[in-house]
Amino acid sequence: MIPRTAQHAHGRRILDAFLAAGAVEVAPDILLPAETLLDLYGEDIRARAYVTTDPVRGEVMLRPDFTVPVVQMHMAGGAEPARYCYLGEVFRKQDQGDTRPDHPRDNEYLQAGFELFSRDPDADAELFALFHGILAPLNLDATMGDMDLLLDAVAGLPLSDARRAALAHHIWRPARFERMLDRFSHPAAPRQFAVNGAPWTGQRSRDEMHARIARLQADAHEPVLPTIWRERLHRLFSIAGPAPGALDELSVLAEHMPAIAEAVDRLAARIAAIAARGIDPARVRFDASHGRRTMEYYDGMTFSFISAANPDWPPVASGGRYDALTAVLGQGAGGGQGRAIPAVGGIIRPGLVAALC
Amino acid sequence: MLKLGVPSKGRLMDQTFAWFAAHGVTLARSGSDREYAGTVAGAEGVQLVLLSAAEIPRELAAGRIQLGVTGSDLVREKLAGWRSDVVEIAPMGFGHADLVLAVPACWRDCETLDDFAVIARDFRAAHGMRLRIATKYHRLVRAFLSAHEVADYQLVDSQGATEGTVANLTAEAIADITSSGETLRANHLKILPDALIHASQATLFAARAVADQPDLRGFLTRLGV
Repeated sequence: MIPRTAQHAHGRRILDAFLAAGAVEVAPDILLPAETLLDLYGEDIRARAYVTTDPVRGEVMLRPDFTVPVVQMHMAGGAEPARYCYLGEVFRKQDQGDTRPDHPRDNEYLQAGFELFSRDPDADAELFALFHGILAPLNLDATMGDMDLLLDAVAGLPLSDARRAALAHHIWRPARFERMLDRFSHPAAPRQFAVNGAPWTGQRSRDEMHARIARLQADAHEPVLPTIWRERLHRLFSIAGPAPGALDELSVLAEHMPAIAEAVDRLAARIAAIAARGIDPARVRFDASHGRRTMEYYDGMTFSFISAANPDWPPVASGGRYDALTAVLGQGAGGGQGRAIPAVGGIIRPGLVAALC
Repeated sequence: MLKLGVPSKGRLMDQTFAWFAAHGVTLARSGSDREYAGTVAGAEGVQLVLLSAAEIPRELAAGRIQLGVTGSDLVREKLAGWRSDVVEIAPMGFGHADLVLAVPACWRDCETLDDFAVIARDFRAAHGMRLRIATKYHRLVRAFLSAHEVADYQLVDSQGATEGTVANLTAEAIADITSSGETLRANHLKILPDALIHASQATLFAARAVADQPDLRGFLTRLGV
């Protein structure tokens, strides 16, 4: 266990690099309102937040993550473009399943983070290169993903809007996604909804049920998704390897999936921009499914830096693009309806950096 | 001295006593039936401790008792990483109860966990909040739903009369222990058949730290388990 003071010292050095990159340091509260914020995280973080009750403020939680409070802070009146950085603890419960691991993950650890609000398409490369530079001495494996590609691929399937939306919703839940895709790829078996004498109970209304039954009945007449589309999706999900080769594979696939062509072009531009910042793209791994294993608020580029020597560790650093999150928070910020700001950000764990030094 | 923790009340205690008797060891309450101590006849060096079934997992993990009889559901729910703390010695064949997910019987369109997942998503969109599941088995329910990739729900704590929460509009579904399903039916709820979260029964557990010690092994051999 690295002493906390040493972890902080590493954190300060990372923060200095963020400050040198033009960021303003911010310090969000540790005790945050739970109800509104928790809903924005995926189930994973939601279940792991320490939630408690304050007699005046109601449900509050120990900060499980910085991104949402920093976005809120920015939406409340920050100018653009804006760069913020921070250093502080986050708190997450670690339920370990049936058997406790020998090295349980920390419940409380430092994050040094950088968030960039900018309409400049080069923001992805700026963020990735900044992290790459700070972490360069540690010999980590960099992996990049792109949720844009996957979401565009789903949006381009020859399916009804409802079916496409359902697939997109479950993109972070691979087994459920596969089952749904499988169902759409076969003729739907007609379903009977036997009438029973049970009295209506609970908050879900009759209308909601009838609407779903009508949807299911209409859905039964939907044309079957030709299996070629499932194969193409699987091919897309499995593309992983050094970025230049992966990009070639994606370009070939885009000829059969025109919906991803634009996202592939953007990815190519991003990789070129990263190369222009002095990073060898062949040393960056692109994994099309990477973003399916990250936080649900990422909707564009995702990345992580892993220590190959420590396979049981979480990523030393991770981040990505989260435009949709700013749109959701913008609705509540009173800054006009759906005020969205393109945003990217990431965190480095100084405790893991300290352990590697 | 080995301490054996046994549920202190009712049917569960009687059935535990009967199970041990069938295995050649006579357990009995000492003194009045209000006293929470007991005797063990037929085995040397074993002391009987009568406890609430819900406290037995914690007492085993803390090492204050070395053997204990309790529901397999309680051990899994109350001990995070339970296999690190206790060893399952023998299922005892009584105290059967299933931890199930139940929804209003009037939801004709909800027959499977997949239906439930879609309804949860629709509910969240329509009501602006996640569908609430009332339960006291937070860890088991969360682990089950996470393994089955159900999202868009939230757990609300209910320590009793959980079946009533749906009619009281404090939850849309419940996850609770049932043996006959009667209380569920009386409250107009139905079980989702593919959402059996845990099939529980009374089980003899040993504290892992002492599970290999000769006196404990000797007693288990005596019981023939």
